[in-house]
Amino acid sequence: MSLHCRPVNVSHSSPTEQTFLHVAGITKRFGKFEALREIDLDVGRGELVVFLGPSGCGKTTLLRIIAGLETQDAGTIVQDGRDVSRLPAIKRDYGIVFQSYALFPNLTIHDNVAYGLVNRRQGRKLIESRVRELLMLVGLPDSGAKYPGQMSGGQQQRIALARALATSPGLLLLDEPLSALDAIERVRLRGEIRALQQRLAVTTVMVTHDQEEALSMADRIVVMNAGRIEQVGTPREIYSAPGTPFVADFVGKINMLTAIAESGGRCRVGSLSLAIAKSGLVPGTAIRLYLRPEEIGIHANGAAPAGALPARIAKVEFLGAFCLVGLELAGDDVPVLVANVPRQVVDGAGLASGLNVRISLPPEAMRVLG
Amino acid sequence: MPTSASTLPAVPMPARLTLRAHWQDRLAQGLLLASCVALALFLLAPLAMILIKSVQDKDGVFVGLQQFREYLATPALKESIWNTLWVSTSVTLIVVPLAFVYAYALTRSCMRGKGALRVIALTPILAPSLLSAISFIQWFGTQGLLKFMLGGASIYGPIGIIMSAVYATFPHALMIVLTALLLSDGRLYEVAESLRTPTWRKFFTITLPGAKYGLVSAAMVVFSYTVSDFGIPKVIGGNFNILAIDIFKQVIGQQNFNKGAVVGLILLLPVLLAFIVDWSMQGRLHAQFSARAVPYVPKRSPWFDTSMFAYCCIVSLLLLLVLGMAIYTSFIKLWPYDKSFSLRHYTYGLIDAGVISSFFNSLEMALYVALFGTIFIFGVAYLLEKTRGMPLAKSALRLLAAMPMAVPGMVLGLGYILFFNHPDNPLNGMYHTMTILVLATIVHYYTSSHLTAVTALKALDNEFEAVSASLKVPFYKTFFRVTVPVCLPAILDIGRYLFVNAMVTISAVVFLYSPTTQLAAVAILNMDEAGEVGAAAAMATLIVVSSTLVCVAYALLTRFLLTRTQQWRVAHAS
Ligand SMILES: Nc1ncnc2c1ncn2[C@@H]1O[C@H](COP(=O)(O)OP(=O)(O)OP(=O)(O)O)[C@@H](O)[C@H]1O
Ligand SMILES: [Mg+2]
Repeated sequence: MSLHCRPVNVSHSSPTEQTFLHVAGITKRFGKFEALREIDLDVGRGELVVFLGPSGCGKTTLLRIIAGLETQDAGTIVQDGRDVSRLPAIKRDYGIVFQSYALFPNLTIHDNVAYGLVNRRQGRKLIESRVRELLMLVGLPDSGAKYPGQMSGGQQQRIALARALATSPGLLLLDEPLSALDAIERVRLRGEIRALQQRLAVTTVMVTHDQEEALSMADRIVVMNAGRIEQVGTPREIYSAPGTPFVADFVGKINMLTAIAESGGRCRVGSLSLAIAKSGLVPGTAIRLYLRPEEIGIHANGAAPAGALPARIAKVEFLGAFCLVGLELAGDDVPVLVANVPRQVVDGAGLASGLNVRISLPPEAMRVLG
Repeated sequence: MPTSASTLPAVPMPARLTLRAHWQDRLAQGLLLASCVALALFLLAPLAMILIKSVQDKDGVFVGLQQFREYLATPALKESIWNTLWVSTSVTLIVVPLAFVYAYALTRSCMRGKGALRVIALTPILAPSLLSAISFIQWFGTQGLLKFMLGGASIYGPIGIIMSAVYATFPHALMIVLTALLLSDGRLYEVAESLRTPTWRKFFTITLPGAKYGLVSAAMVVFSYTVSDFGIPKVIGGNFNILAIDIFKQVIGQQNFNKGAVVGLILLLPVLLAFIVDWSMQGRLHAQFSARAVPYVPKRSPWFDTSMFAYCCIVSLLLLLVLGMAIYTSFIKLWPYDKSFSLRHYTYGLIDAGVISSFFNSLEMALYVALFGTIFIFGVAYLLEKTRGMPLAKSALRLLAAMPMAVPGMVLGLGYILFFNHPDNPLNGMYHTMTILVLATIVHYYTSSHLTAVTALKALDNEFEAVSASLKVPFYKTFFRVTVPVCLPAILDIGRYLFVNAMVTISAVVFLYSPTTQLAAVAILNMDEAGEVGAAAAMATLIVVSSTLVCVAYALLTRFLLTRTQQWRVAHAS
């Protein structure tokens, strides 16, 4: 697989026809602390965009500003061609699901879902059929008479989703909707939410700090750090072409090597000289190389391609379908690398700690950052 | 390279952006401001009047601290400061250990009859503080059965005050200590057990530290109660002077409001101090318990359980003897000469003498206090906790809500006379009306009720309001459809608390009633003074009975709500 460095896709463009939500220059301070700084972002119609970032980076704050639950200090928000920057929450058009579900405990599931419909003075029949339709949509057609306390966490989350979708909002906001669930339920529900979102083609912004969730659900991921956007891109771009060291570190596992650029598409790591795909680096500059663990090839039985480096296996950590293999390169001042190898390959080649092997580091998989 | 946002060079701040206010936001904010004004008017302004009066002489001329100097120079008055302090300290030192052992027995033993013992221990709350004073006079007074036990000392004076105050404050201390002990984490004991910690060491390293803040809080409440109570020393104090009596004498006896204000401020000091100690402890009390604390489950231990049971039975018996004597007195002809059964104290003493109207006044006032007080207090707590914006008004309102606990009832009552009876006050038509009694009582008991409401509201999901805004449902609809139903147990609890206290209150209202709005507790005071002990006891009994009925009704209603209209709560528990 060949990888090319693409420019980091941070969009600063003005709203286009395809843009449903246009966020520009959002800044937010809490006292002296700057929670968000000059956030620019466009979300296309029907797109699912995920805000991903470490705790405290401002994801929730940005989502709440989009919802009008928090007031930005500066910046504009245009939703569906309408400037909503200064509208109070009740005047905006969105449905929201919180981590805590926030279902009304004293109302039945039916009444919870119908909560926003009743207020629109729609006919009783219309409301009934809409509630039935929504409960069907989230796969809980028979639970209308129950109370939230009688349902599991995952079921409650579906009800919260149904309630948010009941009024057919133009925008769906989800703040860590799955983080209160156990691992199995989380995986199941993320598939369901994604399918539902695509079926209804509702523009959706979701917040999470779970990278797997982000990679599996998003059309595009917005990686945030310390109140700023680090990179915006499709899950594939974010994973295979991280634009900044932060993104490389935060999304997936990665090996980092400090190196000095040499001429002729090579660089020096300790006593080794490695080939890299990136050219035009001024010889002598310090660079950092990033390499995904699954890109490292391990050759155990003599048959190794040209340029493979000798190494010794330091340890093998069993993880089920995959194993993490710690590799000590032969040479002075060289780092320990971690490779990700399918279990069958480990078993087939008899990889075990202490074994001497040769490893290949594909030049095109080595990303140069910083 | 990623830089922390906070270390970036500051960009020039643009003009601050605000959301366009929706009329619903304006409504909430208007209500918030109105509540601020109401509390300022009915709490701050009267207190401010006391401050002003204390530095003026009778003719309204500013004299600085002159009156304080005069007051402190009078030996008799200086003595009452000392008396107040030592009597209150004694009561505190007696009640807190008594209540702690009782609470310890209720939470840490496997004795029988915990439910009944708990209810009996709380009965003194239902009675006006005067009841215990009357009862102790019957037991230990000149004609008392147990007079010999005092060995020649008189019950009229500090002994009587201390005994009566111990009775009246016991349940207050018990409830606080009980809560502290119930909140402790059972896992600590399991760990200690696994480390083979001896029982006495568990007590000193886990139980006592865990209950420490509760004990301090209980001590402060008992101390403040005794310092501010006026009914007990009035009935049983004899010639023993204390501050609360001094205010009464200055204001009612000599009509010297300025001197009264001076004594009021002096009375305010110890209570304010106790309040500050308690308040600063509260934060730590709550920080101590993790949300995941596991309740402690006591294990059987025959010797310990039996001795705890014996202790609780003795205390309960003593409490019942006090209450019983008052009730008994109301049903016999004349203690101790003619002990035959008679209803004459009710028929002649109350009904024919026309005093019964003050009982109905009390009932009426208690109902108003419970109704309007609950609505106002819960509404303010909701606006504080669940609406957005107005941080300044909210801080002010929080402070105002906490203040009444630091103000003795007599001081509040005095402030009300000074403020509302002022000829230039457009509100002075309210003086001597039922309205002012209701307002004074709501303000007097504000803080506890406010805390109950805030606790209940904090337990609700913080995003209900955000969800209803996203569904375009006005906040007040969600308030009535979700917030109120979910908080109903707490709301009923506030109503009951206000009712029971309004039935027995005396110190805040003793300056404010008129002949047509005289209250039951005041009537007891007056009848006792006139030597009508039987009728006074009959009135006290009526108060106990009506408060008991309200508590029973509350218990039934709560149970009914839990099983019928609040199915969801049961569902939740299962
Ligand atoms: N009301 C507030 N007052 C002061 N600081 C706040 C407030 N709300 C958020 N912050 C701060 O702003 C920063 C961003 O908070 P935010 O809730 O947006 O983080 P987040 O990315 O959602 O984190 P998490 O993954 O933990 O939910 C945090 O450092 C937080 O402490
Ligand atoms: Mg968050």
